[in-house]
Amino acid sequence: MSQDSADLVSFRVARRVETGERARSHFADRIFSGLLLGSAWIILIVVCGLLAVLVKASWPALTTIGFKAATLAWSPSDDRYGVLSFAFGTVVTSIIALALAGPMGIAVALFLSELAPKRLAGPVSMLVELLAAVPSVVYGLWGLFVLAPVMRTVVQPALGKWLGFLPLFQGPPLGIGMLTGGVLLSIMILPTVAAIARDVFAAVPIEQREGMLALGSTRWEMLTKAVLPYARQGVIGALVLALGRAMGEAMAVVMVIGNTPAVSASLFRPAYTMASVLANEFTEATGQTYVAMLIEIGLLLFGMSIVVNVIARALVWSVSPKGTRAV
Amino acid sequence: MSRLAVRNAWSAFMICVAAACAGIAALLLAIIVLYVLSKGAGALRPTFFTQIPRPVGIPGGGVANAILGSAEIIALASIAAVPIGTAAGVYLALFGRGRVAASVRFLSDVLTGVPSIAIGVFAYALVVLPARQFSAVSASVALGIIMLPIIVRTTEEAVRLVPHTIREGALALGIPAWKATLLVTVPVARPGITTGVLLAIARVAGESAPLLFTAFGNPQWSVGLTHPIAALPLVIFQYAISPYKDWQQTAWGGALVLIALVFALNLAARVALRSRFAR
Repeated sequence: MSQDSADLVSFRVARRVETGERARSHFADRIFSGLLLGSAWIILIVVCGLLAVLVKASWPALTTIGFKAATLAWSPSDDRYGVLSFAFGTVVTSIIALALAGPMGIAVALFLSELAPKRLAGPVSMLVELLAAVPSVVYGLWGLFVLAPVMRTVVQPALGKWLGFLPLFQGPPLGIGMLTGGVLLSIMILPTVAAIARDVFAAVPIEQREGMLALGSTRWEMLTKAVLPYARQGVIGALVLALGRAMGEAMAVVMVIGNTPAVSASLFRPAYTMASVLANEFTEATGQTYVAMLIEIGLLLFGMSIVVNVIARALVWSVSPKGTRAV
Repeated sequence: MSRLAVRNAWSAFMICVAAACAGIAALLLAIIVLYVLSKGAGALRPTFFTQIPRPVGIPGGGVANAILGSAEIIALASIAAVPIGTAAGVYLALFGRGRVAASVRFLSDVLTGVPSIAIGVFAYALVVLPARQFSAVSASVALGIIMLPIIVRTTEEAVRLVPHTIREGALALGIPAWKATLLVTVPVARPGITTGVLLAIARVAGESAPLLFTAFGNPQWSVGLTHPIAALPLVIFQYAISPYKDWQQTAWGGALVLIALVFALNLAARVALRSRFAR
């Protein structure tokens, strides 16, 4: 039954409502739908309010510092508020996270939607989704006490030994720094990539696969030549959404990245990200400009997340028009 | 070896690689959960749930105030977000055509992707700055905003799945539309709506970033809405980065409690959804 015929029915019911009890219920209907519409408007107001309040609260920084924020030096005690080193940290850690979690998440999604027997796909899907449910502060705790020591004693020395000729892997293995932050983030966004990509693959028509297999391809060739190209946009959308999550993550990163406003080529060095500087400095910030500047970083994060989400959702929707709900 | 054999071998190999990736993902979860379990179990004495933190060096004490504080903040956020979210979701499902509905859908999806710390900054600027005080209310504002889009979209989806014929049957009997919605459509969609609410609560129960500069934390018992309040994720963060062994131990205990709570909520959400198909 379509929406239109449903409306027609309600229209007819509404037309018959003229007197007595029915007039009262007509009145009640209007109040009721008014309440529903009002609730929907609250969503619009909240998002616009977010933007307005953040702009207003960061106004002192936007006017006094302005484009001087696009510099490197962050030293609030000397009135120097350059945020570029944070942007650098955010970009580097997110790229590491995406480089690790992207291919792996796609592989997991292929396994869950195409390869695994049904009995196995269900439970494994659930485990992957539970990985997304682990609170970020728990990831941070685990990252600080388990991942960071492992990185310091095993991973970083090995990388330094074999790939030390690259500037990326030079310097002392500290354990905390951009590489550890990126690796921790990759674990956190892996379920995002896997769950959305799985739903995108599920939307690929079965004829794609049957046609490819009928041409004599192997199962893997079927996946890489018929399924993946068909789902390409949706998979990119999943990656962009995961990137957005990585860029906005604060608590896990703040515990393992070292919190130093620095730009360095070596991934072993400590740094800062936009979200982690908020988590680390906000409550200790003194002075109007300092606080306003931090709020401006919050505003930047908000704007960034909107851009990322608009792009990602447009891509995901183009593949599965019903919308993918596994975010 | 023939060309076909090579292709088949390559295919089998890559399928194994994909399976291994899925195995690693599941293994990561097991590693993290088991590690938290082994580290945190030692901290869970009865006093952990009944007492407030003690100063460094004095054994005993617990995080009862933080558990209570978390419950209070989340309850307050739910009181606001659940009715608004479900009402907006019902609106989108039943009347959701046109520009307003499209923007609500779009913006609630965007809101899901906004970093929680940015929403915390918003609650700080909106509530804490004017009041000049960290407060439980400001934390609830932040968490409520995070819950909203999750509830809206799951409610919309659940209500959409209700067959139109049921609602039309009610309307044909002369029942006013609001009664048909509340007494016929919504009850049928209730498992889906419950799932959404539980998932939203699970999501905010673990949030710590938006609480840093709204709830702020409090080492004492505190339930006042206009005062700084303790919260479990905050205590985990503050104790984890402290240099003291017994505080770090408490952080692991808190992490265990938090993970257990969040997983229980997630499982409950699944069970609620399954009951829909069982009937």
